Amino acid sequence: MSQAAATSAVSTDPSRRARLAEFWYYFSENRGAVIGLVFFIFLVLLAIFAPLIAPHDPTQQYRDAVLVPPVWQEGGRADFLLGTDAVGRDMLSRLIFGTQFSLFVGVIVTTLSLVVGVVFGVIAGYFRGWVDTAIMRVMDIILAFPSLLLALVLVAILGPGLVNAMIAISLVYQPHFVRLARAAVMSEKTRDYVVAAKVAGAGHARLMFKTILPNCMAPLIVQATLSFSSAILDAAALGFLGMGAQPPTPEWGTMLAEAREFIQSKWWVVTLPGVAILITVLAINLMGDGLRDALDPKLKRS
Amino acid sequence: MHAPIRGNASMNRTFRLLKRRLVGAIPVLLIVVIGSFLLLEAAPGDAVDAYVASVGGDAGMIEALRQGWGLDASPMTRLAAYLWALLHLDLGHSVAFSRPVRDVVLERLPNTLLLMGAATALSFALGTALGIVAGARPGSARDRALSIGSLALYAVPGFWLALVLTIVFSVELRWLPLSGMETIASGKVGFARALDVARHMVLPVTSLGLIYLALYLRMMRAGMAEVWRMDFTRAARARGIGRRRIVLSHVARNALLPLVTMLGLQSAQMLGGSVVIESVFSVPGLGRLAQEAVGSRDTPLLIGIILVSAALVIVINLLVDIAYAALDPRVGASEASA
Repeated sequence: MSQAAATSAVSTDPSRRARLAEFWYYFSENRGAVIGLVFFIFLVLLAIFAPLIAPHDPTQQYRDAVLVPPVWQEGGRADFLLGTDAVGRDMLSRLIFGTQFSLFVGVIVTTLSLVVGVVFGVIAGYFRGWVDTAIMRVMDIILAFPSLLLALVLVAILGPGLVNAMIAISLVYQPHFVRLARAAVMSEKTRDYVVAAKVAGAGHARLMFKTILPNCMAPLIVQATLSFSSAILDAAALGFLGMGAQPPTPEWGTMLAEAREFIQSKWWVVTLPGVAILITVLAINLMGDGLRDALDPKLKRS
Repeated sequence: MHAPIRGNASMNRTFRLLKRRLVGAIPVLLIVVIGSFLLLEAAPGDAVDAYVASVGGDAGMIEALRQGWGLDASPMTRLAAYLWALLHLDLGHSVAFSRPVRDVVLERLPNTLLLMGAATALSFALGTALGIVAGARPGSARDRALSIGSLALYAVPGFWLALVLTIVFSVELRWLPLSGMETIASGKVGFARALDVARHMVLPVTSLGLIYLALYLRMMRAGMAEVWRMDFTRAARARGIGRRRIVLSHVARNALLPLVTMLGLQSAQMLGGSVVIESVFSVPGLGRLAQEAVGSRDTPLLIGIILVSAALVIVINLLVDIAYAALDPRVGASEASA
């Protein structure tokens, strides 16, 4: 009872700091989310300071150190902590530089699909009628496609490469944002505060993006974290198929594709990039869970 | 006495749903075909370029090839010709395989359907069962362990899981074959052949199924957590019904419906996921065919694959909707009146 009262007191407080404090209160209740956040910050720092942290150049080939196992295994060398790959490149350095590409992919794909998806979704939900029908039909068609297959076709049209892979993945993800934004706008549109703003003489653009949109952000933020991690997975899959980042880029999926022929004997070249993808995506998903708990009022335990 | 009348009405409803959806599917497929045709048309390079790049040839040969493969006409003429052929269920001619696209696609489709079907069954059955275990007592140790496990599984890249499973079960333990659909030229027939194919499919199906298992587990658990809070579960407890029965026939049953919808939505994703899995295990399916078509710029083949997979997704979603209408009378009623 007292907690419910406290919550309502916090949420009626209009100041930004109080809202942030409330958000942090719910977010930090989820221990996994905090671990995910800490690890994510670690990854971001790793990506930013990669040139300073990595012991070697990620594309430098050491001819005398081909397929050296990790340091704790027999034959391992202290200057290659996680061993080397088939052409003598340091695994650890390549993995560290790989964070740059993965996080870059996540940021660009999420931003692109979020911005474009929200614009279309808000327009569809606000104007309804034929605009809505046209936009949603197109989105339905995109959604009816296997996303990876569609990305593959788009890459075929645009040509292989990381940038084209990112464009393809953003296009595939955007319908989710369109649907969420449209649904949220439709439920907010008839609220009193929107009508009040309309009566006060606000134009369409202002009503759509300044009055309504800020109140629809919660589900979009949760979807954005989901897209962030899925984008990393999909970009790695495209890289693995040879349609994403091209060698010698130290992208994790591309590294796995190069390592496939050593699957029978050299476990570290196959296992380590996968583990890197796994923990990155896991950290982001844990964070997303915490965000959902903190932002989605339906799930709040009062 | 009432049963036959009700059965008749629901048959009618299903039929009307079927008719409406099939009519609605035609424009969607048409847009998909025209859209992909025009997009691929805009791409630089065509099948002749890819062919000459791999085989070699002079300008005269390039011209002759373009004429021979019908690539010298204007895009609009070719689109019209393609659509006309499509009316007769002719998907054109694959330049990379020198065979009709329809034959190539139909040859590969069963393998992908087998892979997808088995993986879907595995992930849905196991995911739902584990979801019920987790959702039976929200917050218990078992629930937390399963939630963490599913979250980790959800973060695993499918192709990497496939590689790791191969290392463990094919390379180290040597229990299962490394790749392919069946032992080549084994001469096996009947049951022995089916067993051989099954042995080859264990790893691909497991890797594809495990990735999607996490999704069903999480949805089932979340759904059950919501149902536990509803009044009717409290009422059932107050009436003194055993916990096991409440879990299974009250909570789990009501949480199951959204999963059926998910099943349809996931089928499209699974078709995409099978591209990678087929590539890892060299399964001659639709996904690998798509990859090959992209590599050889085989436009007719690629459009054929797109068309077939779009039709597949539409059919699966239709089947799911019919199942849904049968499970939940409220949905069926609103669908019929709409």
